[in-house]
Amino acid sequence: MKAVVSVIGKDKTGIIAAVSAELAKLKVNIEDISQTILQDNFVMIMLVDATDANVPPDTLSDRLCKATEKLGVVVHVQHEDLFNAMQRV
Amino acid sequence: MFTDNEIIETIDMLDNRHLDVRTVTLSMSLTDCISDDSARCNAAVYDKITKYAERLVPVCAMLETRYGVKIVNKRIAVTPISIVGAACGDYIGLAKTLDRAGKTLGVDFIGGYSALVQKSATKKETEFLKTLPEALSTTDIVCSSVNVASTKAGMNLDAIKLLGEAIKDLAYRTRKTDSFGCGKLVVFCNAVDDNPFMAGAFTGLTEGECAVNVGVSGPGVVEYEINKHPDYDITKICELIKRTAFKITRLGQLIGSAAADELGFDKGVVDLSLAPTPAVGDSVARILESIGLERVGACGTTAALALLNDAVKKGGVMASARVGGLSGAFIPVSEDAGMIEAARLGAINIEKLEAMTAVCSVGLDMIAVPGDTSAAVISAMIADECAIGMINGKTTAVRVIPVYGKTVGDEVNFGGLFGTAPIMRVNTADPSKFIDRGGAIPAPIHSFKN
Repeated sequence: MKAVVSVIGKDKTGIIAAVSAELAKLKVNIEDISQTILQDNFVMIMLVDATDANVPPDTLSDRLCKATEKLGVVVHVQHEDLFNAMQRV
Repeated sequence: MFTDNEIIETIDMLDNRHLDVRTVTLSMSLTDCISDDSARCNAAVYDKITKYAERLVPVCAMLETRYGVKIVNKRIAVTPISIVGAACGDYIGLAKTLDRAGKTLGVDFIGGYSALVQKSATKKETEFLKTLPEALSTTDIVCSSVNVASTKAGMNLDAIKLLGEAIKDLAYRTRKTDSFGCGKLVVFCNAVDDNPFMAGAFTGLTEGECAVNVGVSGPGVVEYEINKHPDYDITKICELIKRTAFKITRLGQLIGSAAADELGFDKGVVDLSLAPTPAVGDSVARILESIGLERVGACGTTAALALLNDAVKKGGVMASARVGGLSGAFIPVSEDAGMIEAARLGAINIEKLEAMTAVCSVGLDMIAVPGDTSAAVISAMIADECAIGMINGKTTAVRVIPVYGKTVGDEVNFGGLFGTAPIMRVNTADPSKFIDRGGAIPAPIHSFKN
């Protein structure tokens, strides 16, 4: 499955490192990545492919939340179909 | 890839604007459980429900994780029990069986303790209507609906009289919980067969074996979008609501079809109703206020609600393969922070709410009235509401709660999604001669509309 990983919070050293290290550990491939500042918030968005992941895709969200819990950011992992449904006709 | 704004907007709707799937409702037929042997009928009903819906709750939990979307309620809607239980006559037993089956599965509600008596009631159906107070006061999650009128069949005043009495009796029997039993009973005109929302969900006889119907909600999203554009004229506001309703409904469509695929049942309908909750930022009343009214109930409320309801339908229809249920905007009083506030301030009354029901989904919903309101007055409220639905060819409904021992100025708290209800004033002039006449109002003429 392909999913959108989004990280929102205050900018800090190590956010991208923490997320990408965890994804690498779980064998999840990062296909696209962008980061921006939106309304004073750091926003990082990744499109990832979890087809070869070594954990069930539904547990990715929990894993990433744990990996970033000390950074004070909010992490979501959502199936790309959600965005296809809501943002594309 | 999506743009950052698209992703942020979606997440913002889900995290901060209360966009959620209000319910995934599994609709199933129980006609094959009918038996003249009460034990056999009850066993068949329990077995079928627990077998078909076994995976409903876990599948919904899995979808919540996959999409990061909250599914607030998991529900089941069955064939009207007045039909399933007619041969054995054990209506109360079946109510308890539904309650037990629903609790075993961990669903929030199970609907279908229902009867369709818009033209006339059979002997068995009349017996059934008389079981409503006992059935709803001795079960927890069973919901009931009775269709007493339709545009095609007219209005059954005999049934309406019985229901006024049943609601009073139910209020007394559940007096320890502020007569909350009445919150589980809705009286309809033009009830729909595929409604996923409670208390009115049942599986009509026109439906198939089993289907997944979804009710999606998000009044907070609509309010937020309108507030961003104070400069828009009304035409642009309608367009904005349409666009927002489109996105909201697409979410329902996604979850509905994913749930149906996982469960192996038919994809049913998406009901794109804006259903409020008492939470701040999840209110239909606040949408009307954001359009430009000082407070819901002001002159202009009916017009604002009409445009909201229509724009929601227009946006939603294109977003979903099959739109159904009630689809529009709900205006329950106790379940909407803006409505509660307006009722407390006396800014809205039952007469204005009745007018509003002529242009939106459903009707007089979750309204607490004084405990000494007579059965005849309640019946007459039902008759008025049915008249609006019958003549205008739309669904209307009444879910009023005559709170035992309480009067105007008091307030009751039903907890959770059911919210807080200030007791509202009711016109107490006596309509009992009208109600006591009984009989039926014939179906209205469908021409000469004016």
